[in-house]
Amino acid sequence: MTGAVQTSAEAGDLAIEARGLSRRFGDLVAVSGLDLQVPRGMVYGFLGPNGSGKSTTIRLLCGLLLPSAGSARVLGHEVPGDAERLRHKIGYMTQRFSLYEDMTVLENLDFIARIYGLSRVLRQQRIQEALQQYHLGELARQFAGRLSGGQRQRLSLAAATLHRPQLLLLDEPTSAVDPQSRRDFWEVLFALVEQGTTILVSTHYMDEAERCHRLAILDHGVLVADGTPLQLMADIDCAVVLVESAVPRAVQRALSGLDSVRSITQLGMRQRVLLPRSVGQPSEQVRGLLQAAGIEAQCHDTTPSLEDVFVAVTRKGRSSASGSEVMP
Amino acid sequence: MSLQRLWAILAKEIRQLRRDRLTFGMIFGIPMLQIIMFGYAINTDVRQLSAAVADQAGSALSAQLQSQLEASQVLRIVARVDSGASLQQLLDRGQVHVGVLIPPDFERRLQQSVRPAVQLLVDGSDPIILASVQRLGNMRLGMDTAAQVEPAVQLFEVRNFYNPERRSAVFVVPGLIGVILTMTMVMFTAVAIVRERERGNLELLINTPVSSLELMLGKVLPYILIGLVQVTVILLLGAQLFDVPLNGSLLEVYVAALLFIAANLGLGLLISTLVGTQFQAIQMAFFFFLPSILLSGFMFPFDGMPRAARLIAELLPLTHFIRLIRGLMLRGVELIQLWPDVLVLLGFFLLSMTLAVLRFRKRLD
Repeated sequence: MTGAVQTSAEAGDLAIEARGLSRRFGDLVAVSGLDLQVPRGMVYGFLGPNGSGKSTTIRLLCGLLLPSAGSARVLGHEVPGDAERLRHKIGYMTQRFSLYEDMTVLENLDFIARIYGLSRVLRQQRIQEALQQYHLGELARQFAGRLSGGQRQRLSLAAATLHRPQLLLLDEPTSAVDPQSRRDFWEVLFALVEQGTTILVSTHYMDEAERCHRLAILDHGVLVADGTPLQLMADIDCAVVLVESAVPRAVQRALSGLDSVRSITQLGMRQRVLLPRSVGQPSEQVRGLLQAAGIEAQCHDTTPSLEDVFVAVTRKGRSSASGSEVMP
Repeated sequence: MSLQRLWAILAKEIRQLRRDRLTFGMIFGIPMLQIIMFGYAINTDVRQLSAAVADQAGSALSAQLQSQLEASQVLRIVARVDSGASLQQLLDRGQVHVGVLIPPDFERRLQQSVRPAVQLLVDGSDPIILASVQRLGNMRLGMDTAAQVEPAVQLFEVRNFYNPERRSAVFVVPGLIGVILTMTMVMFTAVAIVRERERGNLELLINTPVSSLELMLGKVLPYILIGLVQVTVILLLGAQLFDVPLNGSLLEVYVAALLFIAANLGLGLLISTLVGTQFQAIQMAFFFFLPSILLSGFMFPFDGMPRAARLIAELLPLTHFIRLIRGLMLRGVELIQLWPDVLVLLGFFLLSMTLAVLRFRKRLD
């Protein structure tokens, strides 16, 4: 693999390639017609609200669920058909802590190392490395059930990487973790990528999404946008206006329900207002609307953030009537 | 099939079991408590039934009859009244199970032997009590003839019937091995897989190279060892407390137990692949447990049951084990003579394990 070819989307360069991947649970369509291409050697993010199909997609990709339609190739293996041979090459970190709480850190790591068939020498060596790299040395004899959220997450990642997988699938790994631990965690992820690992990580944190090399945004089981974070922010078909006023709730009331306003997000005394890009001079528009409602406010155009992208694209699937609803 | 992975699962199971103090304690506690409890309590020789006597004769012979009744230990005279109506009252209130009415013309009746000399009023609501007292009726006849110094043989015969040596403990203990193993073994593996599912461990485990067979065997093997430990506990206590003989070969008893343990573990594992929660698993284990106790021949004689019940009983491993263990321990036969039951137990194990392995999918749907 030379650098020149790496940029092309040849099958050999893709860690994951999914075509029309779908999964239904009864009447619920969890994942619908997902086309996905994840190049090797990067952190690829799945961004989406709860219930958007992130976990289901990850489970489909490692063969834990059968697709209702479509197919996927992961590291050159068809899933779910060839999932058994894939198991040696991937590491999976479940959303819920899934190591044994009644066993110690060391016992858990040793168990996983044995299950992956590592030799005795390799086992000792890798476990020692893992204890050091993930700062688990002092916790080695602690029961996993007594660990904090951040410690559990480090242990889970250590266990998922003992067999040096080419692909790591991480399902909301940082959901129960404090900000500092999240920062540390991402440092480790980038170190793994540097060693050649491909990482697919699902998240609902914007700051984490922004750290990914590439990103797919999922909404109600549909892939609504993908690209690098910068691309996504540049390609957004919305204009963003920042409104500052003394009466933010009144601004909210004045603007909500209007067809030309896609969404309003309050940030303290300010509001980010999303308008369709087709609207000319968006800040003038908003100022006009507010003046008509008798509200004094300062309005500036501003550059879209990833959150704006998220809000804009995940709106589409829903009815436009609720377009003025406040995003949390 | 990798021995290293099998060993990893096995070692993990043992480690977790050792840390689960309550379950670990139950491995020894359940067999000990149950054998002591049931060894003493399950007793088909009914003794010391509370009785009331209305002695309207008041003769030396009627007094002798009463002392004979008490000597039989079947009855314990707790009240003396003077009329049949009072006896009825005591029975109605449930204060006694048996009423003995000795009429004023007791001695004349004995001489004439036309009508029965003594009336026994029995609380027939419990068939076991009724049966015992009916047998007591035989004894009275013996006593009658003894009065005429004729065949004391009959009286002797009745005594034999009552089995003064408490033989039923001997009969119950070997069966108890089977009952206790059914209860603990099926339960252990019934929750084995589903517990990992509930705790979230399974999603990680099925994403590793571990195979269904490795996982299933790794879950079964530690409990085989535990089952054999339980057998040893019951055998030792049975010999110590109840003088239960071992007329056959000890090795063959263990072979039979091993087969039975394996069959139950396989069944439990199959349950574990069928259910979604530990609660369901325990319910299913109980669903299986009750007919095992009632129909296997442990509680009631197998031959006395209706045909349909016997057919169901043939589908329960306990039925076959009870035949094996009673044969080995009490009748002292060789295992090879009981080969059909041996084969059935082996078949149970192989079938349930195969089904469990086939049913278990390394998937979440």
